Amino acid sequence: MHRYIWLVPLLPLLGAAINGLLGRKLRFSETLVGGISVGSVALAFLLSLLAVYSYGYSDHAMWPRAYLTSDDGAFRYTWIPGGAVEITQGAPERAQAATEARESVIQRPGSEAEFEQLRRAARENGGVATQMQDPPGLGTEAARDNKRNEHTGRGSLLDVEWSYQLDPLSCIFMLIVTGVGLCIFIFATGYMHGDTGFYRFFAYLGLFMFSMLVLVMGSNFLMMFVGWEGVGLCSYLLIGYYFDRKEAGDASRKAFITNRIGDFGLSLAIFAIIATFGSAQYTNVVAQAATYPLEHLGQWGIMSWIALGLFIGAVGKSAQIPLYVWLPDAMAGPTPVSALIHAATMVTAGLYMLTRTNVIFQHSQTMMLVVAIVGAATALFAATIGITQNDIKKVLAYSTVSQLGFMFLACGVGAFVIGIFHVMTHAFFKALMFLGAGSVIHGMHHEQDMRRMGGLRKYMPYTYMTFLAGWLAICGIIPFSGFWSKDEILWQAASTNYIPGGWILWLVGTIAATCTAFYMTRLMAMTFWGKERFREVVAGGEADEAHAHAYDEGQQPHDARKESAGDRPHHEPGEHVGLAHDEQLGHDLGDEHALDEHGHGGHGHGAHTPHESPPAMWVPLAVLAVLATIGGLVGVGPAFKFITGSEHAGGRMNIVNWLEPVIWNPQTRGFGREHEAAGENSNAAEHAAETAPLAAESPATANREARGEATGGEEAAPYGPVGFNLAHAAEKSLGHSGAEWLFIIISLAVAGLGIGLGYLFYIRNPRLPQVWAERLAPLYRASFNKYWVDELYGKLFTRRTMDAARGVYAVDSRGIDGAVNGAAGLTRLLSRITGAFDRYIVDGIVNGIAQFIGRIMSGVFRSAQTGFTQNYALVMVLGLVVAVALFFGPDLASAIGTTVKGWFAFIR
Amino acid sequence: MSNLIIPALALLQQEATGSRSEIILNGIKHPDLSKFLVIGALLFIIGVAGVLTRRNILIIFMSIELIMNAANLNFIAFSRYLQDTGNLNAVAGQVFTVFIIVVAAAEAAIGLGIVIALYRNKETIWVDEIDILKW
Repeated sequence: MHRYIWLVPLLPLLGAAINGLLGRKLRFSETLVGGISVGSVALAFLLSLLAVYSYGYSDHAMWPRAYLTSDDGAFRYTWIPGGAVEITQGAPERAQAATEARESVIQRPGSEAEFEQLRRAARENGGVATQMQDPPGLGTEAARDNKRNEHTGRGSLLDVEWSYQLDPLSCIFMLIVTGVGLCIFIFATGYMHGDTGFYRFFAYLGLFMFSMLVLVMGSNFLMMFVGWEGVGLCSYLLIGYYFDRKEAGDASRKAFITNRIGDFGLSLAIFAIIATFGSAQYTNVVAQAATYPLEHLGQWGIMSWIALGLFIGAVGKSAQIPLYVWLPDAMAGPTPVSALIHAATMVTAGLYMLTRTNVIFQHSQTMMLVVAIVGAATALFAATIGITQNDIKKVLAYSTVSQLGFMFLACGVGAFVIGIFHVMTHAFFKALMFLGAGSVIHGMHHEQDMRRMGGLRKYMPYTYMTFLAGWLAICGIIPFSGFWSKDEILWQAASTNYIPGGWILWLVGTIAATCTAFYMTRLMAMTFWGKERFREVVAGGEADEAHAHAYDEGQQPHDARKESAGDRPHHEPGEHVGLAHDEQLGHDLGDEHALDEHGHGGHGHGAHTPHESPPAMWVPLAVLAVLATIGGLVGVGPAFKFITGSEHAGGRMNIVNWLEPVIWNPQTRGFGREHEAAGENSNAAEHAAETAPLAAESPATANREARGEATGGEEAAPYGPVGFNLAHAAEKSLGHSGAEWLFIIISLAVAGLGIGLGYLFYIRNPRLPQVWAERLAPLYRASFNKYWVDELYGKLFTRRTMDAARGVYAVDSRGIDGAVNGAAGLTRLLSRITGAFDRYIVDGIVNGIAQFIGRIMSGVFRSAQTGFTQNYALVMVLGLVVAVALFFGPDLASAIGTTVKGWFAFIR
Repeated sequence: MSNLIIPALALLQQEATGSRSEIILNGIKHPDLSKFLVIGALLFIIGVAGVLTRRNILIIFMSIELIMNAANLNFIAFSRYLQDTGNLNAVAGQVFTVFIIVVAAAEAAIGLGIVIALYRNKETIWVDEIDILKW
């Protein structure tokens, strides 16, 4: 079944094409549009499920080997055929790697036989080994090659193929994208009901699905880039879905432009990868990069450069400091878009890319530290902003930024698997919460301000129940999914030996987790619990006001004379919206709205009684709630060994075991977990069996592993000692699992603390928030105004850019346009001169000749014609005489001469 | 007259080898080609001069006849000359002469017709009063 994965991206594209190209012309009904979209995604999900089963769990499973559709010819297309690439980068690193390898071979006795064996293994390995040169582990020949090529630089033929790759990482992302995507598609059919641009919305959404699947399933960096830009485009289109609103247009442009900065870094990194490894194929690049020397803190080589570029790309796409500013604004899009693109899938593309290139990142300790610091800082920063926001979607947006920070923190401390684990659980519970928020907004008739909600538990029981699961998951309450991943991230941060200062990152992360629990409790309390405030008539909607308008417009015939949608008043929070608006629409719409089963009720913004959403909306919520509840069980941590029986229970069903072969280990210099460290585990045999195939594949790995055994340090950090380590300090007094339990208890305690504070502030004593806001006024204002980052960027960059643009415009309009206009004027002058020359001189000559002939010569020639026959005859005779004279002149002359001489002679 | 003929005969004698009587007889039997040619040329020149100088269109016609007869004389002379030199079948010149006489008769008929038409319109046969050829 895995041979058919190329169909997975194509199906949503097909659906999008049908909807987008024909939807308007043929006036597809909502049922048809929804059916095509949901059907295509459901089929893609089914295909993904079958493919993952056949790849990883069936009898002929090829896990953990990467499966490329081009390998067995299932789907292959040479996208960019054979361009010559000069390999210009990374020469010193290659030389160093070769030297190290030679030394290691020499050190080992009996290396020749083993060397041959390894070489044979590499040959058999085929696909990877043929394109790349022999791994430097193979000794002197390769080293000599490197020495020789160090100066000249090698050439390579870059054949970029369009093929899809199935490996543990892309499997997980395929399932997340199609599975969570399916839920959101179904939800959107309910949420977008009645919208004028129904077909357009689903066309964009399908296009996004395609791009995202190309991103995560592509087998090389260029395909990833195509997907990367594709999702960026779809994000832009969908944020600006209500394009007649200025906020939406601005937000979409902001997202697009901010992402350009990141994409710039990413494209530079891809160039560097091609210039270093001569290939864009993941398998080639990863296999080559694994042999390069490590770059410790302070060392800065080619791997660090590549990692920096990739990280800039990830920062842009995954909304980390300093490029996070676009994500909160992106909430101007419809809520399903926020759930799908800006919470579950697209923003995790950065994490996907980081994990995909973890070999490169792990070669640079500096970049690991940078990733971890940026992640932790973003987690805390965004969490503190989330505390004070009143728009329900804004809270969730900052929460997303914060959770993405957690994921980056996990990657930075070397726990890439846990980062992906958190991507997965986060996709479940954040998509759930966004959709829940969408359901609330829908039920509240497009009200987004939480100050106007409250007590919705009674009115929206399904939404409430599912939201509850999401809330517990994100707060990190055992056994909801968020707990497993977040706790593991914090433990990994505390116990990391990849980078120094892990305990500071742990502390920051823990504080951020507390804030998370607090603001999520606040959201729950303001929305579902407490006093019912929605009867107080104040407006506050922001983005989804547009949705309401779009709905209203969908109910009435289009009127071109009506004032354009962009002119609609935007209601400030707290502003009273008079009945004028209701009267305007209500009268002629009353009947239709009475029939409307969702009870939009003919009111724009007045007081409503909230209502539960239709099944199309709460069924996906229920599915996601189940996933958010139990989804974390695929990654139960080692601390629960006493229940599950092993450190990572469940074999390949455990995400850690499943993903581990993708992750490079800088300590053993091979893929997969550290085997010597696993010696103490009860299930060491299982691990060995699980990761053995890959280990056997790479001779360099075997080589390095053996060396690792020789040095044999279980606690040895891959980059050398990193100073104080909080977890290890705790282990000294409590033992290994004791220390883990200590951290679990701490994280549960801070979650409880956050929830308790939220309860105290918003349920027990609702006056407290105001009191504390006044008491901590500077902090409150800073948080409420998002630390004025937007204003700062506006001053620092936006306005400078505008100034520069204005300057450039001035240069353009005066200098360049002046030159152009001057040239035009000069040309006109010249043309006038040449025109005059033409008219008077050239034409003058021509006319002059004509007149000379007509007036003077004609008289001369006419006078030759007398009309007398005898004249003409005379001329004829003269001509005859001349002709005779010419032809016979000499003969005649001589004849006459002779005759005359004769006569003279005779006379004499 | 004899004063003139005797030198001419003497001239001939220089070129002949036989006796004087033989030479004279031979000269009568086989007249010299150049004599006919000279006479033809004189006739032609007289005709051309007539065409160019006379004003009466009838005289011009007669001059044209002279020109054609000069041509006829040439034809006959050459024909005879060729027969004398052994080419007994060279009668093309004589045939042509007859042909030319016929054509000249036809031409004279047409030309006189034109002259009559001209006279009826212009009431003149003086060519210096007829200058309509330039139109």
